[in-house]
Amino acid sequence: MTYREAVRQALRDAIKRDERVFLMGEDVGRYGGCYAVSHGLLAEFGPERIRDTPLSESGFTGAGIGSAMAGMRPIVELMTVNFSLLALDQILNTAATVRHMSGNQFGVPLVIRMATGAGRQLAAQHSHSLEGWYAHIPGIKVLAPGTLEDARGMLWTALQDPDPVLIFENVMLYNMTGKLAADAGPVDIDKAAIRRIGRDISLITYGGSLWKTLEAASALAAEGIEAEVIDLRSLRPLDDATITASVTKTRRAVIVDEGWRSGSLAAEVGMRIVEQAFWSLDAPIGRVCSEEVPIPYPRHLEIAAIPQSPKIVAAAKSALGRS
Amino acid sequence: MTAAADKPHLSREHLLDLLRQMIRIRRFEDKCAELYTQEKIRGFLHLYDGEEAVAVGVIPVLEKRDRIVATYREHGQALVRGVPMTTVMAEMYGKQEGCSRGRGGSMHLFDAATNFHGGNAIVGGGLPLAIGLALADHMQGNNLVIACFFGEGAVAEGEFHESMNLAALWGLPVLFVCENNLYAMGTALALSESETDIQRKAACYRIAAEVVDGMDVVAVEAAARRAVHAVRESHKPYFLECRTYRLRAHSMFDPQLYRDKAEVEARRQKEPIVRLQGWLQANNMLHPDDVPRIEAEVDAEIAAAVTFAEAGTWEPIEQLTRFTYADSAVPAGR
Repeated sequence: MTYREAVRQALRDAIKRDERVFLMGEDVGRYGGCYAVSHGLLAEFGPERIRDTPLSESGFTGAGIGSAMAGMRPIVELMTVNFSLLALDQILNTAATVRHMSGNQFGVPLVIRMATGAGRQLAAQHSHSLEGWYAHIPGIKVLAPGTLEDARGMLWTALQDPDPVLIFENVMLYNMTGKLAADAGPVDIDKAAIRRIGRDISLITYGGSLWKTLEAASALAAEGIEAEVIDLRSLRPLDDATITASVTKTRRAVIVDEGWRSGSLAAEVGMRIVEQAFWSLDAPIGRVCSEEVPIPYPRHLEIAAIPQSPKIVAAAKSALGRS
Repeated sequence: MTAAADKPHLSREHLLDLLRQMIRIRRFEDKCAELYTQEKIRGFLHLYDGEEAVAVGVIPVLEKRDRIVATYREHGQALVRGVPMTTVMAEMYGKQEGCSRGRGGSMHLFDAATNFHGGNAIVGGGLPLAIGLALADHMQGNNLVIACFFGEGAVAEGEFHESMNLAALWGLPVLFVCENNLYAMGTALALSESETDIQRKAACYRIAAEVVDGMDVVAVEAAARRAVHAVRESHKPYFLECRTYRLRAHSMFDPQLYRDKAEVEARRQKEPIVRLQGWLQANNMLHPDDVPRIEAEVDAEIAAAVTFAEAGTWEPIEQLTRFTYADSAVPAGR
């Protein structure tokens, strides 16, 4: 099974389970989804529940917000994070504010899914990783499923949430294959997961960078360095307890984040470690982020612009004083 | 609903009620302006002076189960809809007894009990929300009407066009009420629109449209009856442009450099309360004590609202972050 199929199974399951759930977005129906995630669902559920929209990101995101306020459980697909910027007004000014601004009279139980990340040579307007930006906003929750289990399980839990939840699916993961238990179901959406246990350094990451980080951890193991790999899973709220416990144990940390370095989620995680585990640290915290450049088209430049395993290995060794 | 029921009732009682509702908004807002100078009310304060006939003409035509989306200039809509004046005034003060617990203020009046989905302070931002409320109704089959108020300034926004298209494309029961007061803050209509005949834009989306003199409450009500009836029967959107005029500044910070005092004064002579009162007098339907009685009643209500707001309490700072998310978030893993 692929990550794509896991998301599709989650969508199918949600639409079957709850008559209030429907999927809405550009090309989710007849085209089958920009990344083929919703392929086949239109035939199964019909055009009311697999609703193709015009290219009106703000309009149909707002429609998701309004229908959520009125008792539905919409899943809005924004195709990719770059197009989500056209819906930012609705996400930030309405979805994130309504509960507080209305004194808890209205809530927005809306799920917004979108693809994120670079790696397919799609150049500077189709390669953003802005999930860290969204994690800046109080009033929404931000998830980054990095595994098949999470791709399958986070959606249902997100739909149960009374507040807006954004789910970022890294484009490089859609073709990832793996095994998923037949009874795989909902998972928690507020805890980080330790994907590899280690004692020497904590490598903290999420989403598409998870697998590069695990690869780096294997390479480090070959050199006798046991890295612990934390998959944040939820970028808002952040699971401080898991991060702090790991860093307190390993005394070293490198954060891997495909967002641009300045003002990144990695900066937030690093600062929280400083606030909560400063006296446990034996070395400066390291970061592997995207370079400060619009993501370029040529393959070699794109590879150089975003986090890769060798960079993660180098940053980890640097934190350990090894070369 | 029969055709006869769509017609306005021109009884003395009904007309006096329309007059009373407009006077109620006007005097409430006059008090708000006074309280603003006393710094009891802060932030932005956008007054509806001159535009009252729109809310008073449209909202009573809606049913209780229908939903309303409004703008940041929404005191009138909230009051006519039945949000208690006490809680509206407390909201203006920022007290936790306010209709939005004091969190929203003047621009964000919300009231779930009357399906009042808020003042939205992003121009055009309420339109997609109205589409969503209507989409939910479409899927739930409740046969509601979603009334969405916005100014002519919003017509320049992309969200206006996206929303008009979606409403028509999907056949959604939205009543678009354009309050065309001729100025988007300080920018006159002719300076912001290539086509200044706003209602013509509806035709591009195959939405039925009507223009009405928004300073004539009886005409607005008649048009609103036709419009609401059309939406309810057809489950399709309808566009009602109300040509009105804002007699006061955009907000309390506006020195009004963009228009002549003479223009405002000329409009003042034709404002909706003067218009209706004059018409009632000319037709011998106004008793000498009617207006003084209405004003006294309204003033008593306003005084009670101010007393309520003054007696209101400040939300404890300990609750600052409460309701950023729901209190009863579903436990993890479920």
